[in-house]
Formats: sequence, structure tokens, C-alpha cells
Amino acid sequence: MPVTDSTAFHNNDNDQLDGMDMSATGSDYDDDFLMSDPYDPEEYDGVEDDGFYDEIGGQGLFTAEGTKGLEERRPLYQVEYETHSESELVQLQKEEAAKVSGVFGIPMSHATMMLRSMKWNKERFFERFTENPEKVQLEAGIVTLEEAAQRRVTPEVKQYFADRRVRAVESNVQYPDWEELSPEAQTQRNLVEFIPDALCEICFSGDPSVPTYALPCRHRYCIDCYREYLTHKIWDEGLSARIQCPEFQCPIIVGEPVVEMLVSSADFSRYRNLLLRSYVSENDTMRWCPAPGCEYIIECHTPQSALLSTVPTVRCRCGHAFCFGCGLDDHQPCLCILARKWLKKCSDESETSTWISVNTQECPKCQAVIEKNGGCNHMTCRKCQHEFCWVCLGPWSQHGRAWYNCNRYDENASKQARSAQEKSREALTRYLHYQTRYANHERSADLDRDMYRKTERKMELMQQASSLSWIEVQFLRDAADTLIQCRMTLKWTYAFAFYLARNNMTELFEDNQRDLEMATEQLSEFLESPINPDTISTLRQQVLDKTAYVASRRKVVLEDTARGFAEDRWDFNVSLTE
Amino acid sequence: MTEVLPKRITKEIERLMNDPAPGIKAVPFEDNLRYFDVVMAGPTQSPFQGGEFKLELFLPGGYPMEPPKVRFLTKIYHPNIDKLGRICLDILKDKWSPALQIRTVLLSIQALLSAPNPDDPLDNNVAQHWKDNEKDAIATAAAWTSQYALPGK
Repeated sequence: MPVTDSTAFHNNDNDQLDGMDMSATGSDYDDDFLMSDPYDPEEYDGVEDDGFYDEIGGQGLFTAEGTKGLEERRPLYQVEYETHSESELVQLQKEEAAKVSGVFGIPMSHATMMLRSMKWNKERFFERFTENPEKVQLEAGIVTLEEAAQRRVTPEVKQYFADRRVRAVESNVQYPDWEELSPEAQTQRNLVEFIPDALCEICFSGDPSVPTYALPCRHRYCIDCYREYLTHKIWDEGLSARIQCPEFQCPIIVGEPVVEMLVSSADFSRYRNLLLRSYVSENDTMRWCPAPGCEYIIECHTPQSALLSTVPTVRCRCGHAFCFGCGLDDHQPCLCILARKWLKKCSDESETSTWISVNTQECPKCQAVIEKNGGCNHMTCRKCQHEFCWVCLGPWSQHGRAWYNCNRYDENASKQARSAQEKSREALTRYLHYQTRYANHERSADLDRDMYRKTERKMELMQQASSLSWIEVQFLRDAADTLIQCRMTLKWTYAFAFYLARNNMTELFEDNQRDLEMATEQLSEFLESPINPDTISTLRQQVLDKTAYVASRRKVVLEDTARGFAEDRWDFNVSLTE
Repeated sequence: MTEVLPKRITKEIERLMNDPAPGIKAVPFEDNLRYFDVVMAGPTQSPFQGGEFKLELFLPGGYPMEPPKVRFLTKIYHPNIDKLGRICLDILKDKWSPALQIRTVLLSIQALLSAPNPDDPLDNNVAQHWKDNEKDAIATAAAWTSQYALPGK
């Protein structure tokens, strides 16, 4: 087997690796690498698999042919999560409600409304409902069934709704047909009644030809005002689950069936949509995928309180990898708080001010910022006319012909100014060290993405130039995926390292980082090499080999960081608070 | 005005004219019945006592689904009212209910004059003054009342 690179691994023979036990230990070489056979594409998926591939329907950037995966425990750095579509979520809500409905023997619609008013927190619901079922029902806006069920919609009311449908064009009001309503909404319509002398407190009209409706709180309004109120809440305020009775300070919720029977079907479908949105936004275990135009929802049960020791990275069905904790793009292994600090540091002006403090001095008298623009050390502040020495910051009077003091080291006044400046100079150099590498990986990843687009063409070329089948040239795409992913990880290792305190652990981290970086660069080089029909099979071996290795190096970095958090061995040079 | 006023507004104007709230006078403009000139007497036992405060009140197109817009025209030293006369009051914002009326809104504002709430400030300086030295803040409010809000001014 031709070996072109110098790392120890690849000097191993193919055969040797093939026969290796999966849990082999005690090797001189990296155990993590040996856990899988890099030459078997399926196994390779197992190593590379971030739990993401299970989620992919083959539509994303990262595609995988059938994920088998190894029978291994979930790596520490991965969290469990699920992707839902909107319709699946509706289904999920139904299932939740069905459970509750079964346990307590209450109608589905009531279970839904009560769960919704508890923000779908089942534990809280169970607790509150066993304690005081009436109160929970009332707060959810549920009319006790007996009252509503005993009633029958009067012919007059039925006629009223039917008439309004006919006259819809002129009056611009269209109520849904009785037959279109859900049973719960029909029950609610039974409660609509004509009250002869009622005065609606919203329109102040005592028009007896308009029927009225009241929630169990008995605040009664004409249905025209009710409808106007609801459409205002739905369209102008974007409210759904929290629409209350129109009465001032009345906490009773206007439930879904009531909305259904009082507003047009267009308004009602918008209402349903808002309900779903509020379900996701009020639920701490749900998050919309932040990718533009993506409508999937991720469910993950890593609590916010765990964010100081985990980076819950998820990959949406659309292919977008992001942090469930903060919504930013995948920033493993860097903690959310550190990622935020880093991005802020990189974007805001604090670095400009660091430059200022490094390259300028302040006038010792009036603190005006001064940049030296000539060779002479005799500075005269433009602002306060103070004369001082650029080197020692002492007054220039001590630099006269008669008395020159600048060469004396232990000038107390200047010593402090000096050390402060040296400190900030060193801090800037340190920051630039990490920032350059961070930015470089970002740039490289962008270029790699361009290359990714060209990979398609390259794969075609490869097929034409060799006897390889389509499946067999997929390795190029996998390699490009891995490469980009590793660059993203590398990028964030620099932000992470910037905040790590100097100690042995940090050095180990940097060793892992170095190995990943080195391997990533080698893979990158392979992928850019020209295609030559004679060497295609060699190239394929090399790329497959390197891809698996790089992926395993990435895994080592991530796993070690995660373990470090579990063992509490990372020390930071900043506090982990905002 | 070509707009046909909703019955609700007509009724409210009628009620305001026939049965005004004590210490509050609200008169709609002749050419725009959605716009009201309001004069509110400073509540007794408050630093605003003896003052007459002018306000403007406007009923937007969405009224009564949307709250009316109200603003003090007379300068007033109060933690929940800013220099522009804007008022920090929940019922004028998210706690609005269409069952509330012009009258209830104005009564709530009057109540706010009696009971300033420095914990939910609109003007931070005034609120801080109120918290640090209530006596002194009340004295300032009374001084402003006699300087800016005396009847006939």
C-alpha cells in the first residue's frame, strides 16, 4: 500500500486494522481510531455518526447511505434530541392530551385546553388538577359539560348564524356552518343566546337582534363584539392560548372551541397556527430550527442549567447544525457563554480600544489620547499644552540640559504606566493569536464549501476516469462533509482555548487540537489534488483513510472536552457569567 | 367629519356630558369627536391638590379594541409621567379591555395621581427622587403644581 503521509497510523497495514477488535486497547496507537475500520464505509458512518444521521431524510447537506452505527454508548458530547415537523407536533400534542384524557377520564378537548394553560407541563398539570380540578378547568376556559350539554341551540340562534352566512358578502362576516364545527364548538354555540334587554358593554348597543355569549365567568357580550375582539387579538396582537375574557381583569381564557364557533375559518386557521407557535416558544424543550425558511422543530431535554457543562448540539432534518442551548450555529466544543463572549469580543469595539491602548499613550496630565507622529520624544499635548517624555511619561522639565532623568529605570511615576501598557500589549498579542486561527478556519471552511460544490463535478470525473461506481465515489462527498465539520470544530477550539487558564489540562487540550488540525489540513490537501486516472484508487484509499482518521480526531477532541466538563477539570480565565 | 361614529363612542360622549366623573371634564372637539380636551383636578391630599391638569385623549380607529391614547399637556412632577406627558399605566397598554371606557381610564389616571408608583417608573430621575426622599419629592411636585397647574394659567 502506498503511503504518502508521515503519521504513524497510516503506516499500519490495511490487514492489520481489518482484523482489529473493536474494543481493542493497549495499542501504541490511538484507541479511538482503532475502534473502527476506516476502510469500511458503513463502519465509517458509525464512527463519524454524531447522532445526526438518524435524523436525516437524505435531503440535507450531509447524506448518509443507511446508518447502521456501532453498538456503542452515546458519546458524552452528544445530546439526545428529536426533530419534528409542524404536523408531527400537532400529533404529539394529541398524544399528550390523549394520555391525560385517559388517566382522568376527561374529554380530549378539555385535556388539550388544560394542558395548554399549563404550558404542556404534565407534572404541574397532574399536581394542580388533583388538587383542584374546578379551578384548573375554569382557568383553561372550560365550561362544565353539564351546563352546555343540557342546552340545545335555539332555532333563532341557528337561524341567525345561517343568515349571517348568506349575507356574508355585504356584512363581511362569515360564521362557519354548524356542520363544519367540531363537537366542542357546537357545544359552545349552544350557549349563544338572545337576551332581550341585555346591553353589550363593548358596543353599548342593546340591539335584541344580535345574540350574546358569555364564558363561565358570565361576562356577556354580543357575538359581534366578541368576534371583533377575537380577531383583534389574533391578528393585531398575535395572541392565541392566552386570550382572556374581554372583561377588565377577568382571567378566564377564551378556549379553542369558543374561538372556532365565533370567528371565520381564515381567522381560526391563523389562531391554530399561533397556538402551535406558542406551544413551541413556551416549551423549554422545543426550539424552531433557526435556518432561514426551515419549519422543523427540535425537541431536546437538556436543561438551560446544564449549559455550563454541555454544548447541546443538534442537527435539524434540513441539515442545519446548531446549538440547542443558544440557537447559534454549531459551536462545539466551546460553551454557549464562552461562544457569546468570544463573538462579542470579536465584533465589538473592545479590540479597537485595545489597539488604542497599545499604540497610543495618554497625556499624563489631561488623559487625552496621543499617537506619536514624529521621532522626537518631546511631546506637547495639543489639548492642555503639557510637555512630557513619550518614553517615560515623566514631565519634560526633567529632560532638560540641566537635569536629565529619563534613563533612570525606577522612576515610580512611569513604572505603573509602563506595566499597564505592557499588559495590554501582551493581551492583544494573545487575543490575536487565537483570533487569527479562528478566523482562518472560518475562511477555509468557506472555501471548502465552494469546493464542496465542485465535488459533484469531481465525482463525475472520477466515475468517467475509472471503473468506480457511483456509490464508490461517494467517499469524496463524505470527505468534504467531514472536512467542513472539522473546520467548524477547530474554529471553536480556538475560542475555547482563549478562555482556558494555562495548566496541564490546557496543554492536553492543545495536543488534541493540534492532532485534529494537522489531520484536517492533510485531508484538505488531498481533496484539492488533481484527479489522475492512474492514481484514483490510491487517492481513494488515502482519502477514505484520512477522512476516518480526521473524524476520529474530532471525536477525541469533543469527547475529551465533554469528559473534562464531567470531571470538572477545565479552569477558565473568565467567569462563566454574562 | 364624514366618519360615522360608532354607537359606542356616541354613547360614551353622551354619558360623559350628562354624568361627568367628579373632578374630570372631558369635551370632544367639534370637528373631531374622537379627540377630547380633558381637564382633571388634582386629587385632594396629594401634592397635585389645587391644580388643574390639561390632558389630551384620542380614540384610535381600533377603539374600543385598542386603548385610547392619553397624554398630559400640563407639566407635572410624577414618577409615572414623563417630560412629554406620556403616562405609564397598564390599562393603557397590555391590560386594556374593551369593557373599559373613557371614564374608567380617566378615573384610573386620577387614581395614579393620588398613588404614584415609583417602583414602575417612566421617568427614572423622578422615581429615584421619590424613593430616596419622598417628602422632598412631594414638595417638588407641589411646587410644580402651583407653578404650572394653577387654574386660569
